[in-house]
Amino acid sequence: MAKQIQHLDRVAIRFAGDSGDGMQLTGDRFASESAILGNDLSTLPNYPAEIRAPSGSLHGVSSFQVHFAAHDVLTPGDSPDVLVAMNPAALRANLGDLPPNAEIIVNTDEFTTRNLEKVGYTSNPLENDSLDGFTVHRVPLTSATIAALADVEVSKKEAERAKNMFALGLLSWMYSRPTEGTVEFLKQKFAKKPHVAAANVAAFQAGWNYGETTEDFAVRYEVKPAKLVSGTYRSVNGNSALAYGLVAAGLRANLPVFLGAYPITPASEILHELSGYKRYGVTTFQAEDEIAAVGSALGASYGGALGVTSTSGPGLALKTETLGLAVMLELPLVIVDVQRAGPSTGLPTKTEQSDLNIALFGRHGEAPLAVIAARSPADCFYAALEAARIALTYRMPVILLSDGYLANGSEPFLLPDPADLPDLRVEFATEPNGPDGKFLPYLHDPHTLARPWAVPGTPGLEHRVGGLEKADGTGAVSYVPADHDLMMRLRAARVEAIDVPDLEVEDPSGDARVLVLGWGSTYGPVGAACRKLRERGVSIAQAHLRHLSPLPRNVGTVLAGYDRVVIPEMNLGQLAHVIRERYLVDAVSYNKVNGQPFTSAELETVLEEVVRND
Amino acid sequence: MTEVPLKLTAKDFRSDQEVRWCPGCGDFAILSAIQSFMPELGIPREQITFVSGIGCSSRFPYYLNTYGMHSIHGRAPAIATGLAVSRPDLSVWVVSGDGDALSIGGNHLIHALRRNVNIKILLFNNRIYGLTKGQCSPTSEFGKVTKSTPVGSRDTPFNPIALALGAEASFVARTIDSDRKHLHSVLRAAAAHEGSAFIEIYQNCAIFNDGAFDVLKDPASRDSVLVRLEHGKPITFGASGEKCVVREPRGFGLEVADTASVPRSEIIVHDETVGGPAYAFTLSRLSDQDLSNTPIGVFRRVSRPTYEAMVQEQNTSARTGSADASPDKLLAELLHTGNTWTIR
Repeated sequence: MAKQIQHLDRVAIRFAGDSGDGMQLTGDRFASESAILGNDLSTLPNYPAEIRAPSGSLHGVSSFQVHFAAHDVLTPGDSPDVLVAMNPAALRANLGDLPPNAEIIVNTDEFTTRNLEKVGYTSNPLENDSLDGFTVHRVPLTSATIAALADVEVSKKEAERAKNMFALGLLSWMYSRPTEGTVEFLKQKFAKKPHVAAANVAAFQAGWNYGETTEDFAVRYEVKPAKLVSGTYRSVNGNSALAYGLVAAGLRANLPVFLGAYPITPASEILHELSGYKRYGVTTFQAEDEIAAVGSALGASYGGALGVTSTSGPGLALKTETLGLAVMLELPLVIVDVQRAGPSTGLPTKTEQSDLNIALFGRHGEAPLAVIAARSPADCFYAALEAARIALTYRMPVILLSDGYLANGSEPFLLPDPADLPDLRVEFATEPNGPDGKFLPYLHDPHTLARPWAVPGTPGLEHRVGGLEKADGTGAVSYVPADHDLMMRLRAARVEAIDVPDLEVEDPSGDARVLVLGWGSTYGPVGAACRKLRERGVSIAQAHLRHLSPLPRNVGTVLAGYDRVVIPEMNLGQLAHVIRERYLVDAVSYNKVNGQPFTSAELETVLEEVVRND
Repeated sequence: MTEVPLKLTAKDFRSDQEVRWCPGCGDFAILSAIQSFMPELGIPREQITFVSGIGCSSRFPYYLNTYGMHSIHGRAPAIATGLAVSRPDLSVWVVSGDGDALSIGGNHLIHALRRNVNIKILLFNNRIYGLTKGQCSPTSEFGKVTKSTPVGSRDTPFNPIALALGAEASFVARTIDSDRKHLHSVLRAAAAHEGSAFIEIYQNCAIFNDGAFDVLKDPASRDSVLVRLEHGKPITFGASGEKCVVREPRGFGLEVADTASVPRSEIIVHDETVGGPAYAFTLSRLSDQDLSNTPIGVFRRVSRPTYEAMVQEQNTSARTGSADASPDKLLAELLHTGNTWTIR
């Protein structure tokens, strides 16, 4: 029977199963196939905080969503068009997210009375009317896999474990994905266990053939390649892109990178990644605590390295005293905060943007520093370079805000030509700079207001720095009232002196009266919402802040050009507070703090309402 | 180019800052002893960095004409670790006090020691909080009456030497502020040691704990309480060597005996290089809070690789063949390693 082929513009698929079902790997492989095909894509995993939750339970469900399209995509997709549910728990946990008419592929083998009871199903949803309104494909994934592997020398358990590859094969057939990459991947991954490799490849091919031959799957879909910029790409999540960015910063500055870090979700991966990049001039130090992590980074900066520390909210709280010292010492330092839902331990694996306040204000005394935010997984690369640029040029700590959504989400990253990246080379002080051959460690550059970076080992420039207030120029300890007043203002002025590009506004129609202002990881859903509104003829302008301290100089002018400013944030209004206070603009704050990113649909509704009421 | 030997003097290590400690403070003696010792190292001033925390002792770096950082309460070992690991060419010293190193900064101290970072940690122990004006410290005697303990402290103090040994320190020593010759000998041994060196320096606080160590300094009493440890020599003390250290007949410790009453062969011969820390630990327990039988000198000096040397070794090994590559070439190599795809 010839299968019907349907062309689609975009599809979101969610692979969901038990923590041990290999859903992250399955989703990741599907994403890789889609990337090779030339689709643009965005992915988002969702997994429990517990490492090994009880099997078959609702809180043990792990999922991975892939959104791929024939055009550029901005988010991992609000709701999946297709759900692959490996067991009753996966079905129950994800059903609520499905739009009407979604397709569901279920592993019927797992719908046993016991498994159904585990998650509170009193009757089998595959046998009652609860799934009416969805297209349900009932596939005996486990038994079909075992049957397919009858000729492969593997144990029954090993055969069972390959069922995720059966599912991947089936989905690869459904969406006409290329398969060579996955076959090659499996051979390499299980190179030391050839029989396991053979089993997985066979399961993958059996899944493909199942789609090809079974009448249940009458339609096959195609999603054409997107018109992407030509070049070489790789898939990155926010943490890996950030690690690449830090390496790039060190190499472009010709400085060693020193990362001091303490393990914390969801930032640990930055430590893991960088610990593998020793070859590229990186030294990593797993410190005894968050305070030592930032302290060691500051010590390394004092010695002439690019000192970096990576953490999440609770860790940032512990580092604040050292940030105050870094402000006093006027040394470069990059602090990466991969935000998670707080306060306290909060929801460690869920996302939030609630550390803007602590980043901007969370130090005793007035200790101004630079704060920037990344807007997408791949953008973490450029955000890291920008953080390093500011830290090195202006000799100050820079907080770079990422979050759990960016850290775990992935998208294609167009690999830059290193030579096109900013030149971050710095000059260490080598000669005395004062009258009569004296060295003045706190003599400030008239433009950047940065002081000389004189590293130990430089003859003739021996000097002392410290947390006590000091006199301008000499840097000598000073309790003179006027000196403190001057230095306080100087530290603030140095932040304001940072060269920050103007805020750009996207308003294709040119007649928008409402501006949506965002920062950080909301860029994707806000952009997607604006796009949908414009497609329906609703004018809306979008601007997104990379720099939060200092703010771009034109922000006030930009905001004044609109009747209404809407600020969506995954907190209770932290940027809105700043904007109101700085510019006296009565911004409309839209907030969400449930640990999940915005969906573009909800933002579309909210923004449209503001436009209609304007 | 011929190497010109360094001819530095104590004066070269004095900074232009006015020294601001209370009259009679033991810190003056230590500062002067260190300034006069530094030329002996033969290390150029610019290669030396002193990092301190917070407290009276931590003002130290301001007064030395080397590189220096007066940092945060308790955090000096962590900051110094970052500096030493990224700059193994430097001679890095940490100056700390009993509150700084053992209370707020206890965590960083023990971790620096267990890693064996090549830093020299000078702990000025005056058994009191001086800069905050007289509260009990983690080395104050049990029952001590201070501003914060008006009816006597209920805290059992730390024995800093025992603590350092428990933290795997490879070099542990104790000395006294007023004994310049002894201080120099301990500094010399510490400087020669590859790895973390922990030196407890008994230091008098003239204002809030004056005379705390007088029993160790007063010519009338010192000989009967000070146990001078010398590598390879039997441990005897007293004005005429009338006391000695022997094994406890029961248990695993050491005890003090009358030299005349024990065979010569039973007197412990001091060995700094004993592998395990148990011997040095039992030595550290000879003295109690009343300072009777106080050993000074080097308790332990064992050789193990420094942290930064091992880090450098891993870095060097990872960088095989990368020396000739430009930074941009290396970056391109990294970005293109692994799974990539090309859109034409």
